[in-house]
Amino acid sequence: MAHHELSLPVTEADARCLRVNDTVTLNTTLFGIRDASYIALFDKGRSTRFDLSGHAVIHTAPNVRKVPVSAEHPAGYAPVCIGTTTSDRMERFTRALMQTCGVRFIVGKGGMREGSLAAFREFGGAYLAIVGGTAALETTWIEQIEDVDLDDLNPESLWRFKIKGFGPLLVAMDSHGNSLYDAVKDDVDSKRAAALARLGVSA
Amino acid sequence: MLHLTPLQIEDAAKALYIQALKSLPPDVKAGIDRLAANERGETAKSVLQTMVTNIRVAEDTNNLLCQDTGIPIYNVTIGRNVSLGDGAHFDGAALKAAIIRGCTRATTEHPLRSSVVHPITRKNEHTSCGAGVPVIHIDFSDSPDVLELEMIPKGSGSENNSFLKMAIPAEGIAAVKRFVIDSVIAAGGKTCPPTIVGVGIGGTSDLCVHLAKKAATRALGTLSTDNEAAALEKELSEAVNLLGVGPQGLGGDATTFAVHIELAATHITMNPVAVNMQCHSARRARATFTPSGVSFGF
Repeated sequence: MAHHELSLPVTEADARCLRVNDTVTLNTTLFGIRDASYIALFDKGRSTRFDLSGHAVIHTAPNVRKVPVSAEHPAGYAPVCIGTTTSDRMERFTRALMQTCGVRFIVGKGGMREGSLAAFREFGGAYLAIVGGTAALETTWIEQIEDVDLDDLNPESLWRFKIKGFGPLLVAMDSHGNSLYDAVKDDVDSKRAAALARLGVSA
Repeated sequence: MLHLTPLQIEDAAKALYIQALKSLPPDVKAGIDRLAANERGETAKSVLQTMVTNIRVAEDTNNLLCQDTGIPIYNVTIGRNVSLGDGAHFDGAALKAAIIRGCTRATTEHPLRSSVVHPITRKNEHTSCGAGVPVIHIDFSDSPDVLELEMIPKGSGSENNSFLKMAIPAEGIAAVKRFVIDSVIAAGGKTCPPTIVGVGIGGTSDLCVHLAKKAATRALGTLSTDNEAAALEKELSEAVNLLGVGPQGLGGDATTFAVHIELAATHITMNPVAVNMQCHSARRARATFTPSGVSFGF
């Protein structure tokens, strides 16, 4: 259960070092992506000028304030509250995200499924679990909204955040075929009968 | 007699949305502390501690607890002898319009992320409003000279895990119990547990789902007013916390704060059950209007 301080972008070898139950703190850059931006990129054939290779994405659509473009706010947006949405909805995009964009890490909440786990194993990546619903804290790890693409999808644009000390995050799925969510699911399935028995109900 | 103006409603509707997003009710804060104190899992303890820290950071930085501004829901309870508008009558259309204006102003003036889109075009009007949204429920009470306005920003992580089963009488209460357990298992970590598990029992299909939402957004520590349901709440709360889903679905003891039940009578041929969950950031805010003024709470 090691702790890793990582500056993005990372190499495949860096990503393969991570094991479930390790913790990670990210620095430099984090890209925000979610439902509409995934659909735009992978279903509607749109492209982005961002180079995501070796980078981490977070499943988010932030609360932002529109401000004049300045050195402090190069994209014309000030962060208000930036947090994390449920990853499971975006399950079918993980493979394409890694294969065509070279993304290494997904920061999200609630976990992903076997397709993502297989992609992490094949390309070298990991799922980094953040505590959902703790956006006030998360916002303090974000220094700036550096850039934005596909902004007609706002708030579901593709965001580039400048980050410092983003974490600790929990490695919940790794490139070695391990998923904490699978382990919990097996455990919960085994406890279902006991819970039903407590209720006097047959399984 | 309580005389209200549409502007008073509009201002309260705006203030409540922002308040609900920033500060959790005391019963929910106490609920997280209680679960953290009893949790045995190491990862789960750490997750719960992060939730406690986040509540403090949100208060210290005057920021939103969660980025999900949710689907705005306003529950209005109108007492006797209340006028809105001309001082003699209650203008219900003006009430609805005022709530929509307040919700819009909260979104554009704070600003907040508008999480509301047209369901077919997916177009976001950036007002948190759209067809049928904000959701507005209107009810009446016997209390004289009072109007209560409750605001609930319902987050989508929990709302996306909503379940209805039109069970039949031959399946009995066992079907209800099994459905609650299996709904919690199906939701896993996607609902941001620990959750309040709201269960609707009885009614029609739509009423049953509405009751589940009502149960999920009830204050912690409150019990169903029906004795049978209250006993079932306790039984189901204990059973759900045997499952080991844990905070954020990462395993642990704390899967639910409590299972809440709301019920309605149903048809002789029917046995409906619905589950709607509220995430750990169980946000709600309330304004109470009386002749002496408006007070804000939970």
